[in-house]
Parts: sequence; C-alpha cells; structure tokens
Amino acid sequence: MPSTLLAQRGPTIAAAANLNFALNEIAEQFARERGATVEIVFGASGTLTRQIQDGAPFEMFLAADEEFPNRLSGAGLTRDAGVVYAVGRLVLFAPTGSPLTVDERLDGLTQLMKKGGVTRFAIANPDVAPYGRAAEAVLRKRGLWDALRPQLVMGDTIAQATQFATTGNAVGGLIAYSLVLAPAFGERGTYVVIPESDHPPLRQRMVLLKKAGAVATQFYEYVQSAAARAILRKHGFAVPQ
Amino acid sequence: MDWTALRVSLWLGAGTIAILLPLGVWFGRWLARRDFPGKALVEALVTVPLVLPPTVLGFYLLVTFGARSPLGQAFQSVAGQSLPFSFAGLLVASAIANIPFVVQPIQRGFEAIPADVLDAASCCGLSPWQRFLRIEVPLAWPGILTAAILTFAHTLGEFGVVLMVGGNLPGETRTLSVAIYDRMQAFDDRSAGVMAATLLVISVVTLMTTTVLSRRVGLRRV
Repeated sequence: MPSTLLAQRGPTIAAAANLNFALNEIAEQFARERGATVEIVFGASGTLTRQIQDGAPFEMFLAADEEFPNRLSGAGLTRDAGVVYAVGRLVLFAPTGSPLTVDERLDGLTQLMKKGGVTRFAIANPDVAPYGRAAEAVLRKRGLWDALRPQLVMGDTIAQATQFATTGNAVGGLIAYSLVLAPAFGERGTYVVIPESDHPPLRQRMVLLKKAGAVATQFYEYVQSAAARAILRKHGFAVPQ
Repeated sequence: MDWTALRVSLWLGAGTIAILLPLGVWFGRWLARRDFPGKALVEALVTVPLVLPPTVLGFYLLVTFGARSPLGQAFQSVAGQSLPFSFAGLLVASAIANIPFVVQPIQRGFEAIPADVLDAASCCGLSPWQRFLRIEVPLAWPGILTAAILTFAHTLGEFGVVLMVGGNLPGETRTLSVAIYDRMQAFDDRSAGVMAATLLVISVVTLMTTTVLSRRVGLRRV
C-alpha cells in the first residue's frame, strides 16, 4: 500500500504557497547539513489551517500571516505560539506586453482603469490567502477596490494568482515578491515592490503541531538559523531579529 | 515525472475496482431482476454521484469524518489514523464517486440476458450458484468489464474530491492529477506537461481497451 511509503519519508510540513522556492532551498540545505529530509506541501494558509483542524498529518505549519497559526494554537493544536520567521512583501506585476505600467502608488493602474483598459487583474483570494488580504488593503487604500472588483481574478493561493497574472489576458496582478524573484519564474514581466506602509504587514508565523517529531523540531530550529535567514532574505523576505 | 504520484493513482484505481466490482455485480444484478415501488428513487440515488459536484461529496466526507466530528474521532481511536488526508479516505471517496460507473453498466449487462435463457438454465438442473457463474456472468461480462475500466479511468481523472478530502500529501494522497496542479503552481510547466501527457495516453489506451475487448467478447457470444 502507498501509505507505507510515507513512513520512510521525512515528516510532512505544511507551508504557505509564497514559500514555494525559498523553503525548498532551505529544506535542501537542511538535508545536506543535517542528513534528514522533510516533505513540504504548499497551499493557501487558510486551506492548510482547515486541513490541520480536520486532522491532516502535518507536523509543522509555516503560514503567510499570524492569524491562521494563532487560530491553531488557540485551539490547542500546536506545541506553543510559534515564532515569526519572515515578513513578506507584495509587488505590482505586469507581464511582458501588458498595457499596464507599474509604479508604487498604482497610478498606472488607475490611468488604465479610467481608459477601460483593464481586462483582468489577478490577486489571491482574500478569504484564504493572506497575500490576497494584503492586496485588497492596497487596492482599498488607493480607492480602486470597488471599481476593480468585476475585473479581479482570484487564485486559491498566491502561486495560482501569480499564474493568472502571467498567463491569460490579465494586465497584471498584486503578487508575492518571493515568487517573482524565483529563478523558475524567469523574466516574465516588470514589477515594483509595494511600500510596506500600504497594507498590514505580512508577518509570517510558523508553529510546531502537537504531533511534531524530532526531525520537524530540528527543521523548525533550522528555519531560524543564520543560513536559513540568508536564504529567506535572498528570496525577498525581511527577517525579524 | 512524479512516479510516486503515478503509483498512488494506479493503486487508487485498482483499489476502487476491488471494492466496487463485487458490490456492483451483486447490486446491479439485483436491480436488473427486481421491480419494486421506489425503484426509480434507488436508481436516482445510485446515479447521483454522476451529476453531483465533487465539492459536495468532499464537504460531507470532511464534515462526517473530520477530526472535529464525533464519528471522525471514533474512527481515529479505532483505526489509529484519521480518514481524511489518508489513502484509506481517498478510497472511500473514490468508491462513492464511482458507484454509478459500476452499477449502471452491470445492471444493463444483466438486464440484457433474456428470461428464457435463465429459465432454461434452471430447467437443466443448474443450482442458482452454478447458473450465476456459468451462464449469467459470462453473458453479462461486457457490462462488468465496462464497469471496471470506466471506474479505473474515472478514478485516475478524479481531482476535486481528491484535493478536498486527501489534501496533497506526497506518497499518500497526491495523485497524478493533483501533482499536475501542484507543479503548475510551482511554475514547473515541464513536469506538469509530461504528467498531463501521461494521463492522456493512459486514458485513451484504457478506453480503447474497453472498446476492443467488449467487441471481442461480443463476437464470442454470437
């Protein structure tokens, strides 16, 4: 049976989709240095939280915000309250060939909307993805949310929103800096990093779940090590002291 | 190419057939023979997974067997693992989703057997069990074969329920169809493309097999 396969593998770890490339790199380095492997499953923080509450066998959870892990620790499912391991950033992205010009204040987007030139604009679903919530805050701050709503395409995760922003007929999107910086992402368009003051900070918290074993605990500590912090910084995250 | 995911998919397909086929033969034959008030309702219930969104099935399974439900907690204490987010849970979901694919072709297969053939078999002194194995099963074989192959093909293509009930756990609940979705989200279009092509080939070959086999079985009958 396939279930026996899992026993030989490392512990399963749930991680927010914006970590897709950074955390894989950290896990590879962890495997090289410590000789232990972890299996990472990426998804929207909200979806993963729900799965953990429903009994999914994760040993550790790296969220894209603080609210979801806090909900788990409030329900007594975690070892403790966990730590903030990174602060994420949002970018305004326009794929190559898009009529959208990117700038910090979203003036280009406002202009394009006035001309009726916005076909589709991608963000993550604010209900399950913290990066979607941050995107909503940015659009609200610029007074664009209500007018733009009919044009919004929402990804389940920030990774799917990024897919939407780069393919199809979207003029662009508000997506994760860490994904735009990934080598696999390549040179797909232009982007500008949104000022941190324009949305509630994307403070990303991680927690060990009650069933966490030795390897998961080691990995939890490793994510806070200097080596892992350097990788997180390289992928566009700010790292708390 | 995610070979582990392919293996999970193939196991799931084989497991679903192993669970459903005996039940389908028993129930399909029963439906073919009996006429009773409320048969239309029973047949509708059998067919309902065909038109039901996978999310409905996923919702009910999670609510019923999730770690926060009494039934889920009872299952956990008996089996030592939870049903959702496990291969066993996927099997349950897949078995329910495939009921119409199994029961309908088998029912049609048994319905196609003329009543006088069955009477003749009984007259010749065959016991009901002998009659079933030597006369009915060979005659209903095209239906049974179609049921098995359709179930296998449909299980390989299942996505919504698998993602909802199984999550995306490598080696456990990450099937090939979920792995494609996972790779797409990692901008790994190459792997996604290879796996999509693999599923396409498997599906076409599977469906071709059913056509060729049932034609051959049909010829043998003449």
